Amino acid sequence: MQTYFLRKLASLPLIMIGVSLLVFFAIRALPGEPARVLAGPEATQEAVDAMTVRLGLDRSVPEQYLAFATNALQGDFGNSIRSNLPVLQEITDRLPYTLALAVLAYLLAIAIGVPAGMAAAMNRNRWPDYLVMILAIAGASIANFWLALMAMNYFSVELRWLPLLGANSWQSYILPSVTLAVLPTAVIARMTRSSMIEVLGQDYVRTARAKGLPARKVYWSHALRNALIPIVTIVGLNFGGLIGGAVVTESVFNWPGIGRLMVDSVRYRDYPVIQGVALVAVFGVVMVNFLAEMLIAFLNPRIRFE
Amino acid sequence: MSAPLTSPADRPARAGRMLAWIGGNANIVIGGVLVGLIVLAALFAPWIAPADPYAQNLLGTLLPPSWEHPFGTDDNGRDIFARVIYGARITLLEVVLSVTLAVCTGVPLGIMAGMGGRWVDQSIMWVMDVLFAFPGIVLAILIVSVLGPSLINLMIAIAIFSVPVYARLSRNLTLGLKRMEFIEAAHALGIPQRRILVHYILRNAIGPIIVQSTLTAGTVILSAASLSFLGLGAQPPTPEWGAMMSVGRNYLGVNVYMSLFPGLAIMITVLGFNILGDGLRDLLDPRK
Repeated sequence: MQTYFLRKLASLPLIMIGVSLLVFFAIRALPGEPARVLAGPEATQEAVDAMTVRLGLDRSVPEQYLAFATNALQGDFGNSIRSNLPVLQEITDRLPYTLALAVLAYLLAIAIGVPAGMAAAMNRNRWPDYLVMILAIAGASIANFWLALMAMNYFSVELRWLPLLGANSWQSYILPSVTLAVLPTAVIARMTRSSMIEVLGQDYVRTARAKGLPARKVYWSHALRNALIPIVTIVGLNFGGLIGGAVVTESVFNWPGIGRLMVDSVRYRDYPVIQGVALVAVFGVVMVNFLAEMLIAFLNPRIRFE
Repeated sequence: MSAPLTSPADRPARAGRMLAWIGGNANIVIGGVLVGLIVLAALFAPWIAPADPYAQNLLGTLLPPSWEHPFGTDDNGRDIFARVIYGARITLLEVVLSVTLAVCTGVPLGIMAGMGGRWVDQSIMWVMDVLFAFPGIVLAILIVSVLGPSLINLMIAIAIFSVPVYARLSRNLTLGLKRMEFIEAAHALGIPQRRILVHYILRNAIGPIIVQSTLTAGTVILSAASLSFLGLGAQPPTPEWGAMMSVGRNYLGVNVYMSLFPGLAIMITVLGFNILGDGLRDLLDPRK
């Protein structure tokens, strides 16, 4: 386990170095002179020069990258061009809202997806199975922003039950987290179903049944525990997808999270913020993936001895 | 005189076999029909659409569905049905171009990683792991923020975040094939490396790559629509489904059809590709 852990841990800095290189060079790939683009079309030469110094563009490329990377490691992503506040502050102000949304969506997805997948597996090729599978395939095919718009139209505009935009009360969490949960719920239900079906065919489950254990105990204690590995895999490794979904959902609901911050920053060409959000988002995803891999190896000894 | 290829007695048997195949591959049939409908809509858009998708009529804006306008009209009085039909063209273009670009970049990289030495393999896979670490939409936003929002740049961005999927897949396929006896035999016979790559490796890898492309199509459509919805892809008045909804969101409570129908079109198309992909995967899965 230790070697596996260390090997996986050692790959993290390599990935983050690559990510930082990509994020750093992306801004240098801007057509034209980056400082001129960032300073705006009507900027004076002084403003452009000031921007050049501010972005460190007067130094050599390796120097620039080194400064960028060391600053980023210390949480310094520069200042926002739009608000002039430190990018880190802009991000930390908004991160709790994105995390709350992501956690709520995952809790919902697990609470609905796992029992639904189990129900489907236990009633294989009967109507509960068909119902769950149809809903799961449909859920994986819906654009979450469309669902968000339709839900807003019905629950907020027509019925006026829920707030339309923003994050001002607990009720405002309902629509964004539910719409964000749809895709992971569908994926988790499918995964639970297929891994349960596989586990239910195993000898130890047959033994548990043969020795007269109640069906509920066989399903929940013997089978589900072993079906958990693929579920953890999906939950952990799809975290990136969830963050991607949050970017769109936040923009629909005017949610004050980092996803909307990033989209708004594109409109204002606020590159330090775009870079900062991208780095923080990727770091989060890489860490969650790492933890999920560790948990999977812990649950399944076969992997760590490979 | 040669015997006719099919005797009348053969026909029912053949029809029966066909029905059995359809029964056993229902996913391919259902998915194929859905995707086929979208392709037909795209191909015959000028004949199906009752109006020019760009033609404005400021005297008939935000109308509800009627015989004249089956899906109603938008804020500029344009026929929503016509725009949804023409939108199929843009969506399929996004799928074909993004997936082709991703396949043409990812597959050679994956095969190179699989066939090359340790350093080649590790360097290529490092780049792929880095790209893979990004949530797709975040990477796409980063790319579009540099290139500028447009349909073409959106397709490039989506292709870039899809490359690692194909690189990993074709690397794993290559590693598996490389050890097969017929490849070793080809080497022993002195067949040139390039010929082995194209005729032996690529030909055997093509099935899984097609399945993956069908499954990726759904993700491509949803990502493209999301980015256009955010204003980072196709720009209004282009009849792109995501872009249509980004205008439609301002008219919730007034005219929901501007958002409703493009979203349904997205769902049907993605559903078609997902079901078709599942069916193809099952068909090619040797375990079944």
